[in-house]
Amino acid sequence: MDINKDLIAASSTPLVLAILAEADSYGYAILQRVQEISGGHLAWTDGMLYPVLHRLERLGHIEAHWETAESGRRRKYYGITTQGRVQLATDREQWQAVDATLRGIWQLLSLDPPRLQGA
Amino acid sequence: MDTTNTATAIEQQIDQWRSFLRKRQAIHAVDIAELEDHLREQVAGLVDAGLAPDEAFLVAVKRMGNLDAISKEFAREHSDRLWKQLVLVSADAEARSPGGNREAFVAFCFAVAAALAIKIPALFGMPLDDGAAGFYMRNLSLFILPLLAGYFVWKRKTGSRSILYLVGIFIAAAIAANAFPVTPGGSTEALMALHLPIALWLVTGVAYAGKRWRESGGRMDFIRFSGELFIYYVLIALGGGVLFGFMALIFNAIGIDVEPFFESWLLPCGAMGGVVIASWLVEAKQSVIENMAPVLTRLFTPLFALMLVVFLAVMSLTGRGIDIDRNVLIAFDLLLVMVLALLLYSISARDLQAGPQAFDFVQVVLVVSALIADAVALWAIAARISEFGASPNRVAALGINFLLLVNLAWSAVLYIGFLRGRGSFASLERWQTRYLLVYAGWACVVVIIFPPMFGYV
Repeated sequence: MDINKDLIAASSTPLVLAILAEADSYGYAILQRVQEISGGHLAWTDGMLYPVLHRLERLGHIEAHWETAESGRRRKYYGITTQGRVQLATDREQWQAVDATLRGIWQLLSLDPPRLQGA
Repeated sequence: MDTTNTATAIEQQIDQWRSFLRKRQAIHAVDIAELEDHLREQVAGLVDAGLAPDEAFLVAVKRMGNLDAISKEFAREHSDRLWKQLVLVSADAEARSPGGNREAFVAFCFAVAAALAIKIPALFGMPLDDGAAGFYMRNLSLFILPLLAGYFVWKRKTGSRSILYLVGIFIAAAIAANAFPVTPGGSTEALMALHLPIALWLVTGVAYAGKRWRESGGRMDFIRFSGELFIYYVLIALGGGVLFGFMALIFNAIGIDVEPFFESWLLPCGAMGGVVIASWLVEAKQSVIENMAPVLTRLFTPLFALMLVVFLAVMSLTGRGIDIDRNVLIAFDLLLVMVLALLLYSISARDLQAGPQAFDFVQVVLVVSALIADAVALWAIAARISEFGASPNRVAALGINFLLLVNLAWSAVLYIGFLRGRGSFASLERWQTRYLLVYAGWACVVVIIFPPMFGYV
């Protein structure tokens, strides 16, 4: 199942913030985590994650620092800020409201299957 | 399978991928490092999952996504990056070069020295007013250019022998400017004040180009530098004017007249220090920001060419002769200088290997029409030059006109040869850069030979 691009874009901010709220991380690991949680349904184009990270950094939701990995390569780690946590809480409320609304309507439809089938 | 070979092959592919990214203006070096780390991690993960390294690389690149789309996203996020910014003192520890701040400091010191140098004569009873106007006029370039040359000597780490030559030339120039008993306000004094800066500017060019001053490339760099310096200096001067305007306004409000301070300190010191600061800015920005002089040249070459063609057409259709006025020769000298500048700065920005382009034809039209206009003017003047007599001004104006005419005529020959596929563009550049010596020589003649020749009038 491929998820529509607009949905991916809209969900990227809360998803990245939530992953960083677990622990500081870097681009590749964030993408791995997204894969893991979504069971492979959310297919992000790898390169597109970085502009999102940079936007969140500019907005002050996350902070970046460079570290040297065991391999000797320098790696850019991101961590969530207090402001980012506030944003995450707001996002969460909004998504929960959307989710609850959708759940409600799915349930009504499932009580009346023919309408869902379009018959 | 040979693992070292595969590893180098992957490294080469990553290098290539990196150089593709580097061409995108919106993606900076730190971002490339970040993306590269990602790519390598991805390749390693895929290899662990059982893919061959080259397959892993292909998959990793594919997952990274279309570079155009990514760079568009970067550009949207960092729209400021599409505007090249001149970072003089970098706040980013990554990008900071060890010499950057020190150079700014040294340039600042030279600028302060230049600003104070113009005030030294005042200590010896020669304040900057009408009484000593002649002295300041003749020596103006000597207050600033040795310091500017000093800055370049420091920057290029010039050898001591070259420093001795430079010092010797500046001392000789100081003697030439002050030893002759020229008539105050006379024409030889004015000519000296006009020509000494030209000669010394070219000497400063030797300091600028360092070891490369004999090469065409080194001299061309100096020509580029001169154009950019001029533009930056004009901009700084405009800024200074705005500063003074506000200063006068707000100090006026509390009843203080700042004009005496402006005339004796702000203007002279600012004008002198500004030269060093502008030079430092031009040096700092040369690889960061587009050169402005060639842009202006592109804009104005067609307009000047059109103006000259229309001028020639109107002159030949109406049959009007050139009105012989004492200033006609100077006007045409300035026209030739302008045309030469347009030619020089379009050469300075041109790819020497490229073939003829439409712009080159416009350039030739410009040069040829300027030559014709000048020839007509010279013809008109030559007929009556003997009536006027050979005053120093007239000889100087005629001399420079002749030099410019020779330069432009031969440039036209080379240019047309290039357009017809004979000869290379580089020969035109060489001709221009070699000709700089002729101007320096002529300026020296006017400064050193003219005053005694014309009896110091």
